[in-house]
Amino acid sequence: MHPFGLSRADDPAKAVAAHAQDPQLAFIAGGTDLIGLMKDRAALPDRLLDINGLPDMARIEVLPDGGLRIGALARMSDVAADAAVRGRFPVIAESLLFAASGQLRNMASMGGNIMQRTRCAYFRDEDDLPCNKRRPGSGCSALHGLNRNHAIFGWSDACVATHPSDVAVALAALDATVVVRGPAGERAIPFTDFHRLPGDTPERDTAVGRGDLIISIEVPACAEGRASHYLKIRDRQSYEFALVSAAAAVASDGRRIRSARLALGGVAHKPWRPRAAESALRGVSLEDRAALESAIATSFTDARPLEHNAFKIELAQRVAVRALQTAGARA
Amino acid sequence: MKPTATGACEPPEHIVTHDDARVHVSLTVNGRVHAIAVEPRTTLLDALREELALTGTKKACDRGECGACTVHVEGRRVLSCMTLAAMQAGKRIATIEGLERGGELHPVQAAFIEHDGFQCGFCTSGQIMSGVAMIEEAKAGWPSAATADIRRPFTAADLSDAEIRERMSGNLCRCACYPNIVDAIAEAARRG
Repeated sequence: MHPFGLSRADDPAKAVAAHAQDPQLAFIAGGTDLIGLMKDRAALPDRLLDINGLPDMARIEVLPDGGLRIGALARMSDVAADAAVRGRFPVIAESLLFAASGQLRNMASMGGNIMQRTRCAYFRDEDDLPCNKRRPGSGCSALHGLNRNHAIFGWSDACVATHPSDVAVALAALDATVVVRGPAGERAIPFTDFHRLPGDTPERDTAVGRGDLIISIEVPACAEGRASHYLKIRDRQSYEFALVSAAAAVASDGRRIRSARLALGGVAHKPWRPRAAESALRGVSLEDRAALESAIATSFTDARPLEHNAFKIELAQRVAVRALQTAGARA
Repeated sequence: MKPTATGACEPPEHIVTHDDARVHVSLTVNGRVHAIAVEPRTTLLDALREELALTGTKKACDRGECGACTVHVEGRRVLSCMTLAAMQAGKRIATIEGLERGGELHPVQAAFIEHDGFQCGFCTSGQIMSGVAMIEEAKAGWPSAATADIRRPFTAADLSDAEIRERMSGNLCRCACYPNIVDAIAEAARRG
């Protein structure tokens, strides 16, 4: 790794101020993504500010209305093992347990998880191949390169990368919010606006910027929470990023869907909410596979495959159907 | 307080900034306190191996992908290649060298020998450190991706071979001793 300075933060306001005034400073929590990026020279901060000592930011709390507040420094493994998370929002616990390894889940923070950068091999390459996310204006090697793992929705000629987080898919489905403290105070960012589509600025992954510190993630209470499920399909059975995944949460009378929440992973630069499908699913029977399939298909008319990933179009639809049925069976 | 190497801006005075070349760190490893001076970029793995000569912890991928560098920090299994030594100051760290008690192997170590859980041995210290902590996670009721219904309480009695394989997936063995590793951990878990 390149040389850098290291400091420790003990106060959120001071951490925000330090970050705001220093373009070469990066926060570090678990470090499981940032240290890898630094080893691959895909991140070269001059200074790191260790935020692990910030007070009261690792809590997992059930809110009075039945929602959740998850501190940004809570570790993936603690959230996944939490009884309230498992019971009230199983989709969150499952998405965490299907990610990374036991060691990494013990290290990685929730704030860092949603800030992790794409696993596109061109972005991570140590030889510094053209990549607009890594070096704006240098081109996209994946657009006409090896793009089996890349996006089928929302990509641009500048970037076809996908977001690798599993729990972000669950949080998008549940309409969570990200509470961020910036130089102007706190604000809540709807989860579905937290990650960006690449457009012509793929170097920016999220809505947070200089001086922003993630404080917590809030999950509102919802009728669908308990009947929820995360289904992840990957090349290996364990310890691998998703080819395609789906987070589903269903409110039903046991058979017929009253409302469904759905988000897809591995298909876009951000967790993908198939809104048309969510509307079309209302009133559909969970046992009527054909009807579920045609409701889901309404959100795939605008899918745009690349040379190597057309299989994701059918796979994602099947994964969505299965996730809905499994979630619905939990009602 | 010195400016950092690139010196773009002086860090604000309320933040404790370390000397950019060397940071003085006190690491508590296997119950002993070691005062060392390392560069901020030194990983915990490199500090253990190069500064403390605790070479039982292995360096293989150095990218958090293989698990060979697994150690315990505050009783939890972590990858020492993916954290900085200076970030672990004051924490309770355990390595493979600290597992034995009074000359007696830890039950997981003994089970690895009994079940022939290794060939070349390079991944073994990471496997054992991971296995020891994983058994504790199961006892604490943590579910896994192999758990049939994560909404229900998990008990150590639910620790099937499939559970062990899933929970140990962060430790690769290029000799593919996996069946024997699973047997060794299953037996140690039963005894423990």
